[in-house]
Amino acid sequence: MYEKILVAADGSDHSKRAAHEAVKMAKANPQAFITLLYVIDYEKARTEILHGQSSDEVHLERKKHLMPLEEIFRSAGVDFETKTLHGVPGPTIVKHANETGYDVVLIGSRGLNALQEMVLGSVSHKVAKRVQAPVIIVK
Amino acid sequence: MNTLPYKEQWFGNIRGDILAGIVVALALIPEAIAFSIIAGVDPMVGLYASFSIAVVISFVGGRPAMISAATGAMALAMVLLVRDHGLDYLLAATVLTGVLQLIFGLLKVARFMKFIPRAVMIGFVNSLAILIFMAQVPFIFGVNAITYVFVGITLAIVYILPRFFTAIPAPLIAILVLTGVVMYSGMDMQNVGSLGTISQTLPSFFIPNVPFNFETLQIIFPTALALSIIGLLESLLTASILDDATETGSDKNQEARGQGIANIITGFFGGMAGCAMIGQSGINVRSGGRGRLSTFTAGVFLMFLIIVLGNWVVQIPMPVLAGIMVMVCIGTFDWGSFKYLATAPKSDAIVMLLTVVVVVYTHDLSKGVFAGVILSTILFAAKISKVEVRKEGLESNASNRYNIHGQLFFASSQDFVSAFDKVEASEGIVLDFSDATVWDDSGVGAIDRVMNKLQAQGQTVEITGLNASSQKLVDKLATYGTAGKSTH
Repeated sequence: MYEKILVAADGSDHSKRAAHEAVKMAKANPQAFITLLYVIDYEKARTEILHGQSSDEVHLERKKHLMPLEEIFRSAGVDFETKTLHGVPGPTIVKHANETGYDVVLIGSRGLNALQEMVLGSVSHKVAKRVQAPVIIVK
Repeated sequence: MNTLPYKEQWFGNIRGDILAGIVVALALIPEAIAFSIIAGVDPMVGLYASFSIAVVISFVGGRPAMISAATGAMALAMVLLVRDHGLDYLLAATVLTGVLQLIFGLLKVARFMKFIPRAVMIGFVNSLAILIFMAQVPFIFGVNAITYVFVGITLAIVYILPRFFTAIPAPLIAILVLTGVVMYSGMDMQNVGSLGTISQTLPSFFIPNVPFNFETLQIIFPTALALSIIGLLESLLTASILDDATETGSDKNQEARGQGIANIITGFFGGMAGCAMIGQSGINVRSGGRGRLSTFTAGVFLMFLIIVLGNWVVQIPMPVLAGIMVMVCIGTFDWGSFKYLATAPKSDAIVMLLTVVVVVYTHDLSKGVFAGVILSTILFAAKISKVEVRKEGLESNASNRYNIHGQLFFASSQDFVSAFDKVEASEGIVLDFSDATVWDDSGVGAIDRVMNKLQAQGQTVEITGLNASSQKLVDKLATYGTAGKSTH
């Protein structure tokens, strides 16, 4: 049974489906605990700081991003926490997952930006390759 | 966010900082050269500036791991001065820019940053990207067919290669490969050497050769003022982004002073004025740079490369450099702007567009910022100067209670007074200020006029709901009969 479940999310539809899959797993085990991980890379930070008049506004915008995902967990009644980390998404997720040690990692197959993915390569691919725990890519 | 102790800022991340600094130095060279070309000076002026600013700011700056060097924003603002008066005036202007920034820093200018609307800042980065792109146009379009091929290959390398290989920065690979191709094939192509010279020597101290008189000051002051504002804007914006991206704090006023010191020293060592760079700081952070040592390494390694490889640097073909700068533009442009234009309030969208239009028209970022700030101030004043007077309940009922909504000050006092033009004579009027604030003499004056008018009609008028500060103002300034004055 999976107990420590990591959902790496970016707020896209794919990551919402990953969250739904995580709920299914968590429901099977009363001890299950989901960690929702949101990684902010430099580019995203740049855009958010540029568009936010104050740090409070930036903070609020980020909260809004994660709210739909948190709502999925909350309405399903599963235990979860939200973690925000800064860095390049792929390596940051890998590092966090391997250091903390999860039973399973779920990630959406594609992020928000198709062009970025073409340029930077897919985050989910990196995560699947380098995370030591089983990784489920949700499409 | 907490700030680390100074020693920790230097030596907390030695390995990561040195590696990242080397990566940044490699990425800085093409930009420093390209920005020198934009400014109309020898590549050495930008390279010396990048070395000097990076090294000095690593000691005196307020934001560890931020990369400051010769930048496009600054280069664009010095074009006219260089064209009309030459390099020495640019160096003098650089020193003066530093002095102004140092003064701004001592006056704690950082706290005024919050008054610059984000629409203006978005316009700032977008117009910067557009101007840098426009500066590349002569090197890309209408030269010859092979130029397009080189630009195309450069863009292909910088965008596709990082998917498979990231150990060496892709722009450097593009430069190495394509410079090699040109040199090997003996192709005749415009290169860095045809636009200036690279001297393989360290910068040395000298005093700019300008007459020290009022006329010189008149020539350099406008440019220096524009440079100092542009430099601080971009530096403080970059510092905020780095604060967020590294989850550490920074001292913005120290950064402003540091930028000043760096520019003063740079001007005396033959470098052009510079500031922090959003893109390069991002490369640094992504490469693992976190401390002052990364910025220091970037500056020193850049100088080392120039001294060792100067002969090769002049061989870089201009189409390759232009291609890399196109990548820089694409990275600088805020692609979220299109969504912003659609979703932001109309007034913000107009401010953003105005900033871009003014900059692209005048080629001066500071003018765009001024125009944007002024327009947004006017729009803001217009927005909050809407004061509404509403009669409570239905129009027909007997209540004579008027609710006042909004800010009552010089810009809204007229509307407030005229709202009472058509008040019919009736008994016991109540003015409820619960949703309003009175800000100044004009606001009190407007209340005064309304009170006088209604009282002259023989009505009893009561004022309620004034908040403490408005009440104080009214008590102090109002002249109407005491009847309406104390109503708590």
